[in-house]
Amino acid sequence: MAKNVNVWIDGQHLEVPDDMTIIEAADKHGIYIPRLCYHPDLPPTANCGVCVVELSGVPVPKRACCTPVAEGMKITSNSKKLRSYRKTLVEMILSHHEVVCPTCAANNKCELQTLANNLGVDPYALPNILVMKEVDYSSPAIIRDPNKCISCGRCITVCNEVQTVYALTNSDRGINSEITTAFGLGMNNSPCVACGQCTVYCPTGALRERSELDDVWDAILDPDKHVIVQEAPSIRVSLGEEFGMPFGSVTPKKMYAALRKIGFDSVMDTNFTADLTIMEEGTECVNNLKAGRKRPLITSCSPGWIKFMETYYPDLADCVSTAKSPMSMFGVLAKTYYADEHGIDPAKIVSVAIMPCTAKKFEARRPELSDSGYQDTDFVLTTREFLRMIKEAGIDFANIPEEEPDEGMSFYTGAGTIFGATGGVMEAAIRSAYTLVTGEELENVNIMAVRGMEGVKEATVNIPGFGDLKVAVAHGLGNARKVMDQVREGLKTKGESPWHFIEIMACPGGCVGGGGQPFGNDIASRARRGLALYEEDRSLPVRKSHHNPEVLKVYEKFLGAPNSELAHKLLHTHYFKRSISTGQVVEEATHKHH
Amino acid sequence: MYKEICAKYAPNKDNLIYILHDIQDTHPQHYVSSEAVHEISEYLTLPENHIYGVLTFYSMYSTTPRGKNIIRLCESPPCYIKGSYNILRKLKTLLGVGVGETTKDGNFTLELCACLGVCGNAPVMMINDDVYGDLSEEKVEDIIDKIRGRN
Repeated sequence: MAKNVNVWIDGQHLEVPDDMTIIEAADKHGIYIPRLCYHPDLPPTANCGVCVVELSGVPVPKRACCTPVAEGMKITSNSKKLRSYRKTLVEMILSHHEVVCPTCAANNKCELQTLANNLGVDPYALPNILVMKEVDYSSPAIIRDPNKCISCGRCITVCNEVQTVYALTNSDRGINSEITTAFGLGMNNSPCVACGQCTVYCPTGALRERSELDDVWDAILDPDKHVIVQEAPSIRVSLGEEFGMPFGSVTPKKMYAALRKIGFDSVMDTNFTADLTIMEEGTECVNNLKAGRKRPLITSCSPGWIKFMETYYPDLADCVSTAKSPMSMFGVLAKTYYADEHGIDPAKIVSVAIMPCTAKKFEARRPELSDSGYQDTDFVLTTREFLRMIKEAGIDFANIPEEEPDEGMSFYTGAGTIFGATGGVMEAAIRSAYTLVTGEELENVNIMAVRGMEGVKEATVNIPGFGDLKVAVAHGLGNARKVMDQVREGLKTKGESPWHFIEIMACPGGCVGGGGQPFGNDIASRARRGLALYEEDRSLPVRKSHHNPEVLKVYEKFLGAPNSELAHKLLHTHYFKRSISTGQVVEEATHKHH
Repeated sequence: MYKEICAKYAPNKDNLIYILHDIQDTHPQHYVSSEAVHEISEYLTLPENHIYGVLTFYSMYSTTPRGKNIIRLCESPPCYIKGSYNILRKLKTLLGVGVGETTKDGNFTLELCACLGVCGNAPVMMINDDVYGDLSEEKVEDIIDKIRGRN
């Protein structure tokens, strides 16, 4: 049990628990201590030294990020000496940093740039001694630029401790030390799952998405192409604040208007295929339950999770739903159903997805996701890229009049929109699975037990005619690992899984916390964006996927029924076993239904 | 081969350093390959990137193949003052390689190292497990010739 202690920061008396560090105590009371490598979501690495403070009676300055508070501590956060230390540290970092701020993807969002500016550092105080290193372009999703890396170590912490992916590491030491992958083989030859959490926590532009903006602009500006766009649930709650709107504003109709103004030929919505996913995955789940299958069903929407599963749990690949992700279902329907309906040659369709995700770029390039006869999804833009696009087009997003999307693949229910928050897919699935099993409607659609930011959530839902449905929800791959270890153990020792149905999302918070989300994507803002999605759910006229009229129409006109032969051909996929060393495919782990 | 070396040690991560040494010492090219790291990773249930981090942190380990004889010339201040720079130039000329490189015949790898603890005999180098002190350019030539002759 932590007990409270009395400390003084710059003469201000604080009473704080003794298990806090100085920086935590300061943050809690609104006192800002300059910092660079420290991030409140992650354990401190104490690499940069910028957060040094003076303690009375202690001869040398201490780092506030890793020094615990103690009774009677008198802390000075600002002095002539500390300012000089901090400036020198930042000057030293800049002396081996590639300072190309105007064109850097992190410009105006870079923590190093902001700090240097705040401290009034002279960028030329020290000669630049950077020896340019090769930029790692191996991954289809993430670029790692060692020339912009300041070795703060946040990416290593998030990759190894939060996500347990084990791709990034420190190599060598001293001046030669660098952040890299094992044997320097590159992100694409490592266990990297492209979740992009490293890009979220990188304070500079050293880790960023591989941008496809130019390709998308080229397609839009090509009169022979028909460019169709879909946007993931999270996007509509992640745009507003960049344009001065309140944080977590729900802006789907401004989003459609902006996309149309940018020049997309057809503006639809991934939320529509989220509802479709529920029909396919829900049917699969109910069939499993009815058959009394001992192996669980696990959701398949999150591409970072899928690659993680293929790398670390290929023996459980048959437990993962064969349903493609909403993005890929949209992609395949765009070049089949939509092309037929509108009489457009699918060869001329360019399918663009706006995603909160970097791993979606990897998913879009999976060779097996081409059941339309073409690459189902041509380009994926992250939320960050989309924001740049809106700005390049000079759109006044906050004031743009709202517009409706194009019809056909854009209607969505509350169940579809909560896909973006952890627990959302599970809640959406339960709302429909209940009806699929009982033939009756679930009265209270709010399943609170699966909402919220707890790492692993468990719930039991009584479904008349079936009994207790045991479910688990994990977000963040470290939590996914805990759940999967229990599943593996349960199957091995008792022949059954502790849960019937499991939702897993690669990123903490679910898609709202995705690797492609705007800068400043910390745990607190993920939680707020998630709540915004639940607010939208509450406001929508239809809240269950099986009542989505456009989804019902696709089945009626095109697919037949959920899990029909055509649905299986177009909307379902199979998985691979991957090498833990390189992430490359070793062999098929499951087979596609024919 | 790597599996057998691993099996000599209890499968806990404290033994990583010993296993890496053993693998490097018994490899004819004196290095730890990615295949070896993969085997160790499975044996110790330790991620490969962690092992790579340890492997590159310590300068005594190599991740690339090396020659039959490894020359480590001390570059610490006492040896430097006593002329290790001239010795390095001589070694480079004799062997036709730079620091960190291996001769084409695979006979020698030239490396620099920190203090070997025999500053009284500076400048100093080690070849494999043998220490050579009070080096001069002539002496270095003799030593290299002798080793070449042995092969």
